[in-house]
Amino acid sequence: MNCPKDLKYTSEHEWVSLDGNTALVGITDYAQDQLGDIVFVELPEEEETIDQGDTFGVVESTKSVSDLYVPLSGKILETNDPLLDNPGILNEDPYGDGWMIKVELSNPDEIKELLEAEAYEQLIKEEGA
Amino acid sequence: MRYLPQTPEEIKKMCAAVGVSSPDALFDVIPQNLRLQQDLDLPAPLAEAPLLAHLKGLGRVNANVDSMAAFLGGGAYHHYIPVLVSTLTSRGEYLTSYTPYQPEISQGTLQAIFEFQTMIASLTGMDLANASNYDGASALAEAALMALRITRRQKILVSTATNPQYREVLHTYLKNRDFEIEEIALQPDGRVDLSDLQSRLKGDVAAVCLQSPNAFGVIEATQAVAQLAHDNGSLMVGCFSEALSLGLLKPFGEVGADIVVGEGQSFGNFLNLGGPYLGLFATKEKYVRQMPGRLVGETLDANGKRGFVLVLSTREQHIRREKATSNICTNQGLCALATVVYLSLMGPKGLERLAQINFSYARFLRDQLTAIPGVTLKFTAPHFNEFVLQVPGEPKALLAELAAKGILGGVDVSQWAPGLENGILVCATEMNTKDQMEQYAQALREVLA
Amino acid sequence: MTAREGPGKRGMIFAEPTIFERGAPGREGFSLAQSEVPLHDPAKEIDASLLRSEAALLPEVSELDVLRHFTRLSQWNYSIDTGFYPLGSCTMKYNPRVNEEVARMSGWAKLHPHQPQSTLQGALELMYLLQKFLAQISGMDAASLQPAAGAQGEFAGLLMIRAYLQDQGNARTKVLIPDSAHGTNPASCAACGYEVVTLKSGAQGILTPEVVAQAMDEEVAALMITNPNTLGLFETHMAEIAKIVHDKGGLVYCDGANLNAIVGKARVGDMGVDVLHFNLHKTFTTPHGGGGPGAGPVAVKKILEPYLPNPVVMRREDSFAFDFDRPKSVGRVKAFYGNFGMFVRAYTYIREMGAVGLREVAERAVLNANYLRKKLEKFFHLAYPQTCMHECVFSDKKQSAYGIKTLNIAKRMMDYGYHPPTIYFPLIVAGAMMMEPTETESLQTLDRFIWSMEQIAKECETSPETVKAAPHVPKVRRLDEVKAAREPKYIYKAKG
Repeated sequence: MNCPKDLKYTSEHEWVSLDGNTALVGITDYAQDQLGDIVFVELPEEEETIDQGDTFGVVESTKSVSDLYVPLSGKILETNDPLLDNPGILNEDPYGDGWMIKVELSNPDEIKELLEAEAYEQLIKEEGA
Repeated sequence: MRYLPQTPEEIKKMCAAVGVSSPDALFDVIPQNLRLQQDLDLPAPLAEAPLLAHLKGLGRVNANVDSMAAFLGGGAYHHYIPVLVSTLTSRGEYLTSYTPYQPEISQGTLQAIFEFQTMIASLTGMDLANASNYDGASALAEAALMALRITRRQKILVSTATNPQYREVLHTYLKNRDFEIEEIALQPDGRVDLSDLQSRLKGDVAAVCLQSPNAFGVIEATQAVAQLAHDNGSLMVGCFSEALSLGLLKPFGEVGADIVVGEGQSFGNFLNLGGPYLGLFATKEKYVRQMPGRLVGETLDANGKRGFVLVLSTREQHIRREKATSNICTNQGLCALATVVYLSLMGPKGLERLAQINFSYARFLRDQLTAIPGVTLKFTAPHFNEFVLQVPGEPKALLAELAAKGILGGVDVSQWAPGLENGILVCATEMNTKDQMEQYAQALREVLA
Repeated sequence: MTAREGPGKRGMIFAEPTIFERGAPGREGFSLAQSEVPLHDPAKEIDASLLRSEAALLPEVSELDVLRHFTRLSQWNYSIDTGFYPLGSCTMKYNPRVNEEVARMSGWAKLHPHQPQSTLQGALELMYLLQKFLAQISGMDAASLQPAAGAQGEFAGLLMIRAYLQDQGNARTKVLIPDSAHGTNPASCAACGYEVVTLKSGAQGILTPEVVAQAMDEEVAALMITNPNTLGLFETHMAEIAKIVHDKGGLVYCDGANLNAIVGKARVGDMGVDVLHFNLHKTFTTPHGGGGPGAGPVAVKKILEPYLPNPVVMRREDSFAFDFDRPKSVGRVKAFYGNFGMFVRAYTYIREMGAVGLREVAERAVLNANYLRKKLEKFFHLAYPQTCMHECVFSDKKQSAYGIKTLNIAKRMMDYGYHPPTIYFPLIVAGAMMMEPTETESLQTLDRFIWSMEQIAKECETSPETVKAAPHVPKVRRLDEVKAAREPKYIYKAKG
């Protein structure tokens, strides 16, 4: 399963790409593979303030549904609206066009809690076992 | 026993294969002190002939709408059911099939539901309908919960002229959540008081629930109510208990209702002492993910052939568990089948004509009855096939006297709303003959004399 | 037929469009009597803004069109009448036709719910007796027939628990539910405003007292348990577990979905259960109808009797009556008196079976399930090896080596003429296949089924691609559910 080294991860199968005080968030390749064909995505409102651990959206396949958890607190600068009409992007390009939200961080200390790629790979290996 | 096919010989063979001495030994996993030491205390078994005789006999103790002249409505309506409805709902392939979770071998049920959804969506003027809920009352409660989810507001306004059982179910469903219900007052003509409604429309109102024809048979000013609700950012929930009215009246969808629910019994379902019936539930496409209940969609199979599947199951309890839109698991499958067969037979013209006959019979009966001194029409706004009479005297006693003359004269509505102490809700359908209606008038004259 | 043949696979399958694509403008399928009174023009009395201006989208077809259409559709359905349903937790047993005959009698089908009670004495007596039978069968003290289905019974049961605890001073906040539970359980808790705490089943597939004791505190309103559970195992520690819950002031709710396994052999009321719902379409043979209608009566112990949903039927000196004068009742959950038509069928069934017949139902259902368990464990991984009750759970563990998943096996069963088992449930068994044969299936049917499953197990090894592409025989092939979700079509729309 593809886990780019330059990203950080959560145990809820989200990835985070940091750029200064902002972060892009999406779901991992492993997550999309486990869900199967994604048919629906729910995203938050832009400008909304979110706290770590809150749910910020939902992804659904035909047989399962997963809540998305906020990895880092902050304000939502942007949401990737094309996903709403074309949720299949999440299956095709989870780390690229499949990004979900762009967050302005309010508590960068939380970054320390995220997983590095190796640790995340280990985690999915254990889950798959 | 005819339903238990294993012979003593086969039981022996099976026990040997399993490695037990008798079927009873398989229950040794139940601690001895929890096992029944004697058989249940139930009546002795009956063979088919005495069983049928017993049930026929017990059933005969009841009067029914064929044995008496019945003028009863109030949420359940006596309409003619074409023979073909029973012919088809009795087919084992429908009667004894499971929920269509395996679409490849359930296309019959799935396509029938798809056609049902199409007809109900069209009749209510909405984008789509689900595969049905338990009944009209619980459908209204689910609609209110759905509106609360969509708007994230806290309050439901419901007309006082909503069937009291529907209002009671609404209370039962909402009472352990942090939601409020307020009732909108009636004006003297039997319709919702718009100024009272206006005064209650605050920022916390999620939806206005309006029944039309309402509990008293009166046709409401749906457009005006919808307008007021929407001006307040609230949703409009339309409701009905006499589905036949859809043949004549403007659909709620055309006045902008966001959710439309109602009782579908009138479409080909027996009275059955109140159930099973079916709740009709329709909404706008933009709200579909908040809708409770089963839903069928069209798709293609691996060979590109049209087929049908259950869709948006992720809203439902078997996947979403405590976060589901509702705990509802079943739909009213056979009742929905009866409905889709009935509506197919009636077609647009049949339904309209039948609605007009009901409308006309109710007027004939109303004129007969209100010609009796002391008997007046309680509400003056136009009604569909039922209406409230104001009678001199106590409704309960009066109805008992009519029953003694072979007439089920109506529903005692004295407790349904303030000011109805002398109210009787009377209904006429195509099942009432002109003779019956004249006899009713004659009997009422005698009782009041 | 020998065990080495399937039940047959393919008849004539007609193509049939939707009903909207049949018919012609002006064709009629109805037969309406002439109006006996002058027809009124609604437009003279009602404002045009309130009247329908456009006809609804209903077909214009003849009676034969309708008959043929729905008969053809019916032939695309699998049903108990046509074949065997090893569908775990659903108890797909034979639906006796005498029940249908009775339910359609005028004396039952043509009762109006607003008739005076004096004209409904037969119906009230039947309801009263059914309440008593259900209480007797379950070892409870009283029952209400009102809930429309099992899930509504759960809702009503939890409402009663809540009201009772409220009267004790604290409605509490949580409900404990084992991880093997039906999805309706947590959903019903949410509907009553309770938070769900999931309990882990023990290694033996049943709940251990330790796990319950650990989770049980003064904020737990109830434990919701299914016994036998959805793994088909009897919860052996039930009485002890109930005591743990009661000692902390909580109540025990039993989901009666699997009552068929123990009817006449044991009663949940004797195991410390305070409230139970029944699914009349399971143990008591009312038809599934392609997904309903059901009926979900609830039975309770004395302490909860005042809270039963309204109405209940009571016996007076010389008559029967609806009792509405029950101030502590949780109220109505539906209009009128429950799904009465289902009561008539269930009552008829109980009167036909009697006590001995019902006990034999449980014995044969459990024998059939264990026979399947024993015979199939050679071919499929059995999740829990011990004696089961009415059902047992297999998985795709053996077949996954060949890239075959439970779904493939399930779909392949269709090609052999069977309805698949309940799959991917309970959630605690990966790739679960839950099988419940029921007592009405004969040894020959079971043997043929076992033979078919053996063939499928072999095919998984020898021709996995055939299994993966299944089903091959039904009217339609695997359906594109992704398309159905991404490009939704919920209603028929005329082309163009």
